[in-house]
Amino acid sequence: MLLTLADSAAAVEADRIMTICNACRYCEGHCAVFPAMTQRLAFTPADLGYFANLCHACGSCYHHCQYADPHEFKVNVPRTMAELRLDTYEAAAWPRFLGRSFQNNGVWTAIVTVLAIGLFLLAAAALIEPATLFGRHGGNFYAVMSHNVMVTVFGSVALFVLVAIVIGMARFWRLIGAPPLREVGLREIASAVHDALTLKYLGGGADLGCTYPAEAPSKLRRLFHHFTFYGFLLCFAATTLGTLYHYGFGWAAPYGYLSLPSLLGTFGGLGLMIGPAGLMVLKRRAAGSPVQTAATKKLDEGLLVLLFLTAFTGLLLTALRGSELLGLLLVVHLGVVMGLFLCMPYGKFVHGFYRILALVGHALEQRQGRQVLGKLAET
Amino acid sequence: MSRGDLQTSFDVLVIGGGNAGLSAAIMAAEAGCSVCVLERAPRFYRGGNSRHTRNLRAMHAAPTSVLTEAYDEEEYFQDLLRVTKGKTTERLARLAIRGSQDSVAWLEARGVRFQKALSGTLHLGRTNAFFLGGGRALVNALYRHAESLGVIARCEAPVEQLHLEDGRCRSVTARLGGRLHDFTARSVVFAAGGFQANIPWLKESWGDAADNFLIRGTPYNTGEILKQLLDQGVAQVGDPQQCHAVAIDGRAPKYDGGICTRVDCVSLGIVVNAAAERFYDEGEDFWPKRYAIWGRLVAAQPGQVGHVIIDRKAIGLFMPPVFPAVTAGSIEELAGKIGLDPQALAATVAGYNASVREASFDHTALDDCRTEGLDPPKTHWARRLDEPPFHAYTLKPGITFTYLGVAVDDKARVLMAHGRPSANMFAAGEIMAGNVLGEGYLAGIGMTIGGVFGRIAGEEAARHASNAG
Ligand SMILES: Cc1cc2nc3c(=O)[nH]c(=O)nc-3n(C[C@H](O)[C@H](O)[C@H](O)COP(=O)(O)OP(=O)(O)OC[C@H]3O[C@@H](n4cnc5c(N)ncnc54)[C@H](O)[C@@H]3O)c2cc1C
Ligand code: SF4
Ligand code: SF4
Repeated sequence: MLLTLADSAAAVEADRIMTICNACRYCEGHCAVFPAMTQRLAFTPADLGYFANLCHACGSCYHHCQYADPHEFKVNVPRTMAELRLDTYEAAAWPRFLGRSFQNNGVWTAIVTVLAIGLFLLAAAALIEPATLFGRHGGNFYAVMSHNVMVTVFGSVALFVLVAIVIGMARFWRLIGAPPLREVGLREIASAVHDALTLKYLGGGADLGCTYPAEAPSKLRRLFHHFTFYGFLLCFAATTLGTLYHYGFGWAAPYGYLSLPSLLGTFGGLGLMIGPAGLMVLKRRAAGSPVQTAATKKLDEGLLVLLFLTAFTGLLLTALRGSELLGLLLVVHLGVVMGLFLCMPYGKFVHGFYRILALVGHALEQRQGRQVLGKLAET
Repeated sequence: MSRGDLQTSFDVLVIGGGNAGLSAAIMAAEAGCSVCVLERAPRFYRGGNSRHTRNLRAMHAAPTSVLTEAYDEEEYFQDLLRVTKGKTTERLARLAIRGSQDSVAWLEARGVRFQKALSGTLHLGRTNAFFLGGGRALVNALYRHAESLGVIARCEAPVEQLHLEDGRCRSVTARLGGRLHDFTARSVVFAAGGFQANIPWLKESWGDAADNFLIRGTPYNTGEILKQLLDQGVAQVGDPQQCHAVAIDGRAPKYDGGICTRVDCVSLGIVVNAAAERFYDEGEDFWPKRYAIWGRLVAAQPGQVGHVIIDRKAIGLFMPPVFPAVTAGSIEELAGKIGLDPQALAATVAGYNASVREASFDHTALDDCRTEGLDPPKTHWARRLDEPPFHAYTLKPGITFTYLGVAVDDKARVLMAHGRPSANMFAAGEIMAGNVLGEGYLAGIGMTIGGVFGRIAGEEAARHASNAG
């Protein structure tokens, strides 16, 4: 089990590579990694973990590097950073022993999801009358599973997920040697959130996009990521609004197709299908690219498949909610959502949180014009 | 000799696919010509030295998005005159300088991107425009653009033989996939670089010292094309010993070590040779203005080595080098570690320390810290080497590119030995840089010469191809 980055083999390689980059600096315009690097003369594992979470594996600095393989320096920043990023996820995980889930994340995600769906199906078979499960309910899924059951089951899991993610974030903040939170101002948070929401550093540093999936710059990855993220956000908003309707106004679901929660959910669901599907296609096209590693590819695919399935089963449920398939679809959808929830702290999902923290650190360093994170190695 | 469906006849043939060759190929293709680029290196190493570059020097009348303030023709030309000590062809130099006004926009329109002007942080931000992602990003973009215009660019296609007749290039023989093929074209552009990677040729003027030279860029610029042109009646410019050479870390690879092998702390310490003696004023001028003389200085020392010695005070004041310094608690111990006589180095350092007149050290100005009564003196930034740990970097000459080349006119036409321009041969880049650079160097002018003359060569080659058609 990896508990500190001092034990990370990827950190050793990242140190070697960043030493070359720091003497070269040609990529300083591509992203935040290089400006952070130039603020240092030498790198601690904490520094490198911080850089790793500023890197999007956009590939620009690989395709533009005069020292990439076959050159004897064999510089490959994105791949090394991806491996190190995985180590930071593992080292920051809570509870500790579940950090291991990052090592074989594709399998882990698949098992958890299948188990979740299976459990929901079993529970439904055991607890719900067949007549109810396969009946028509005019779109009212609370007829199949009561609102209270849903809220209890998902609420408690969500609480656990939240705790796991927050503790993970606290651990990550220490892992990258970040200063006490009181040093962070609103300005840094605003700047980090802005950079994350706009995916600033997936732009390659100019107007043409980053070199993903291949050597020519392209804006597709940013586009599909936007679909994914904002799709997710809309779905989240739909659920939140539904909760508000339910408890605030006493309006129970189902809501009409043109109601606000349904519209948000439908558009969100579409985004959450288009985005992950697009990203998967790009990933296929990038197959064999030296930028990718098997481990992180599985990590990414795990989340993409889960998000796609969540959206797909959700939309299907909405579309067919008037039919007798309602019960089955509901149970499957809830199983997928449960899988997604359970994998959130132990999969690619954490990247957003850690990336924002790294960007907060970066904003702090840029404002102060000096190294703030990491523990400075004595030189 | 050509077989199968390999096309071997073109309007314009370009030999060498670096910045100069690609600029020419794109111009010719944009003028409607069929164009083929024959590039010796495999795909990863295509674009020889251009893939190692970071910026180009551009004249500009007002601040732009990528350049600060202004840099006019006269100032540019005076800078060039100073570094070349007047050894330049004014007409061609001014042509390159004026042409550099369009370089940024021309490249941007073809997919190259520049870093935003960062005044203050990059000391060259006023005169030089920095490629986003460096030279390989530029080379990749130009290949992409050329191919989108229908240019056929072949890697691993070294040109081995030129067939010249009456001041024209009749055909060239290139090796593709182990077979020889003759290529013919109405116009031929030579852009195959200098001969810096040809150690035997360097030895003709440098002697055995050249065995100790490191080649900073591509191993593929060995000058065979240049040599055949000169042997077949093309006029020569430049002196075979003149080149751009800097002192780089002695542990750098023999070829392609590139930018990261430089060592930037000379002006913060002292430099001694194998006998532990100093040999030049380390603080003569700002390092960016002096770094290009240290290659020759080190080349003139026994064994072609120098050792730069600094103490703790220098740490953090210069770009971190790629290889770690040799470090010791005393000068004697340091000497032992780098193979110098400890007593001799201690004596040199003691003599230097005793002569230092430290005043107010300021590395960003030509300060008043200097030596007195020392030969050679250190005229700025002289501080005693007295705070351990002491650090040493061993330096060797790193050759960037050679200046001996083919003479051209202002249409980039190759001049024949009898003084008349060739009917269908053009040259651009390192292979003709000696027309502008008789000696010395001005940072970023290599890419300017290649770009401007490349564009002229492409345009003129296309014009000639259409007229001949
Ligand atoms: C480390 C380094 C950093 C530099 N930095 C800068 C900088 O920042 N700014 C600047 O202005 N200049 C810089 N220079 C100088 C600059 O690289 C050159 O001036 C410029 O690239 C020359 O362009 P070119 O097209 O003539 O040569 P190249 O880019 O070297 O292209 C020549 C091409 O010809 C090919 N070739 C050679 N022989 C044959 C043959 N027989 N058949 C077919 N092809 C052949 C080679 O493979 C090569 O690709 C730098 C050089 C080095 C080494
Ligand atoms: S990735 Fe390569 S080109 Fe970019 S800064 Fe690092 S060494 Fe230089
Ligand atoms: S891969 Fe992209 S994001 Fe990562 S360091 Fe390189 S340029 Fe930056």
